[in-house]
Amino acid sequence: MNKNLSWFNVTSLALGFAFLYIPILLLVIYSFNASRLVTVWAGFSFQWYVSLFQNEQLIDAAWVTLRVAFISSLVATVLGTMAALALTRYGRFFGRTLFSGMTYAPLVMPEVITGLSLLLLFVAVGFERGFWTITLAHITFTLCFVAVVVQSRLVTFDRSLEEAALDLGCPPFKTFFTITLPLILPAVLSGFMLAFTLSLDDLVIASFTTGPGATTLPMRIYSQVRLGVTPEINAACSILIGVVTVAVIIASIATKRAEKLRASEERAAARG
Amino acid sequence: MATEKARTQTIGAVRRSFAPWTDPAATPLIRFDNVVKRFGEFTAVDHVSIDIYEREFFALLGPSGCGKTTLMRMLAGFEEPTEGRVLLAGQDLAGVPPYRRPVNMMFQSYALFPHMSVAENIAFGPKQLGMPKGEIAGRVAEMLKLVKLEKFAQRKPHQLSGGQRQRVALARSLATRPKVLLLDEPLGALDKKLREETQFELMDLQMDLGMTFLIVTHDQEEAMTVADRIAVMNNGVLVQVAPPSTIYEAPATRYVADFIGDVNMLECKVESCANGDVHLASSVTPAPIEIAQSVEANPGDTAWLAIRPEKMRISLDAPADMTRNCFTGEIWDIGYLGDLSIYHVELPCGTPISRAWWSGRFPGKTRFSSPSRRAPAWS
Ligand SMILES: Nc1ncnc2c1ncn2[C@@H]1O[C@H](COP(=O)(O)OP(=O)(O)O)[C@@H](O)[C@H]1O
Ligand SMILES: [Mg+2]
Repeated sequence: MNKNLSWFNVTSLALGFAFLYIPILLLVIYSFNASRLVTVWAGFSFQWYVSLFQNEQLIDAAWVTLRVAFISSLVATVLGTMAALALTRYGRFFGRTLFSGMTYAPLVMPEVITGLSLLLLFVAVGFERGFWTITLAHITFTLCFVAVVVQSRLVTFDRSLEEAALDLGCPPFKTFFTITLPLILPAVLSGFMLAFTLSLDDLVIASFTTGPGATTLPMRIYSQVRLGVTPEINAACSILIGVVTVAVIIASIATKRAEKLRASEERAAARG
Repeated sequence: MATEKARTQTIGAVRRSFAPWTDPAATPLIRFDNVVKRFGEFTAVDHVSIDIYEREFFALLGPSGCGKTTLMRMLAGFEEPTEGRVLLAGQDLAGVPPYRRPVNMMFQSYALFPHMSVAENIAFGPKQLGMPKGEIAGRVAEMLKLVKLEKFAQRKPHQLSGGQRQRVALARSLATRPKVLLLDEPLGALDKKLREETQFELMDLQMDLGMTFLIVTHDQEEAMTVADRIAVMNNGVLVQVAPPSTIYEAPATRYVADFIGDVNMLECKVESCANGDVHLASSVTPAPIEIAQSVEANPGDTAWLAIRPEKMRISLDAPADMTRNCFTGEIWDIGYLGDLSIYHVELPCGTPISRAWWSGRFPGKTRFSSPSRRAPAWS
């Protein structure tokens, strides 16, 4: 295994990791800095974490962000799964190409344009801007990511499983919930996770579609950083990093374990 | 031993007397009435009419891509016919969705639900019928016993061998006691030995349950083994529907003769045709050919003579009666298969390389080295 680890590979690996993780590492280290000055190390301290939890503005923003992310990714998962079903199942319906093109457009559309056009829409309709407009906007732009993830699972889905269920007397709606959904659930869940994280760290679209009283965490951090980086922000970011890291580790351990279990079951079956 | 023999004989007797298709008063359970199925420009099933009777084991036979599965799927409700009707017990099935048809299908890929155990797979159908819980458990146990998988009830499909999966699929499709069981190449994924065993098990099962089975296969031996009647299809068209023996002994077309078993084909001219006695002449032999088979033909017509290899006799010496039904040729190859040998014989005037089988009696291969002259004769 180590055969291919030439000095070139080692260097590029080290460089890659350095670029990725040195800034993050610095940020985490300085969040424990006792000094108010971000670049001067003055000893270890938890004080910024304490003051972070007393900073109501940041706590509010975090709460808004979580609610937006949860609601929007939930709705986007449902709608995105439905779009993926329509696109893979109904081979040739009127306007299929247009529909699939339109589903994928937000993937490549600059966020500024998505944000601006949504803003124009909300203004034109006379929607009061705030929490719900951010949520709607996030549904719109995360939906297509869910659709792509679920669709890639559906193209390899064996249709005869659904036909077998129908054949045994199970109506189509029930078939979807007892056969199709359990089998594509991993893809649906990873679509949900993707939508959730996309919504969590979106700044551009949220800035365009927000109104008074609804500020998300990225917006709050961004506006405070413009006035100068405070160690409090470092602490907030470190907590976010911690949460995401723990989630990723748990998810990967869970999948590994499921895979291992399955492999050992299959070996047992092969033995007879 | 003795009981087994008796049982075979009764089955034989039942099988022989079972021929509802010869009874004009019998009403078919399944009727394909001039069914056409087109996919865009392509015609997959072309004006097919078949009647299938209750308790019949019916086989759809044809090469891959000839429309067998499509025809079956129209009965199961997964495809609607473009033209024509499909009737079940006299009722037109048009517009009836698959989940309301009393017909179950065993899929070519088995289509077992991977996230359910064997028992849950089998219980799926009865559950949809709204059967009470206790009754479902009883039915599952009964089905598991039927396919001898009692010990595997809690396994998941991916923990089973190919043969076991096939049994689960069979049990699942039988669990709701459908009127008709459709089997799409049910044994295609099994190895030869297991396939042959399972063919006989299927036959016993169909007899014991008294159900109507419709099986799709491209394997002519399988169709001949299991079926009461065979429908031979080619390119979406129905070529012949008849019991296996008729298909084998009196194929309706050259296509059927060639598709079922080994056969030698000779082009002939019809000399005379009267009372079921046909006299033919062929350029490969000076002797006239006489056959006793009721075909309609006029003198001068071109006819194709199909001779089964096992109906030919080969001898080194000229047979006593050389006046009819005999050929002379050279043996080119001898293939020894144990229970029989295959001889490749070339007839004079460069015409067809003919095949003849031989079992028993003939001296061993070593006695003559080919090519050498001999006189194969047939009657
Ligand atoms: N849904 C479909 N769309 C287009 N063509 C199809 C479809 N289903 C089957 N066909 C075509 O119809 C023909 C018959 O298919 P099938 O009934 O599966 O054949 P068989 O079961 O005899 O091998 C094939 O040429 C196949 O390509
Ligand atoms: Mg097929």
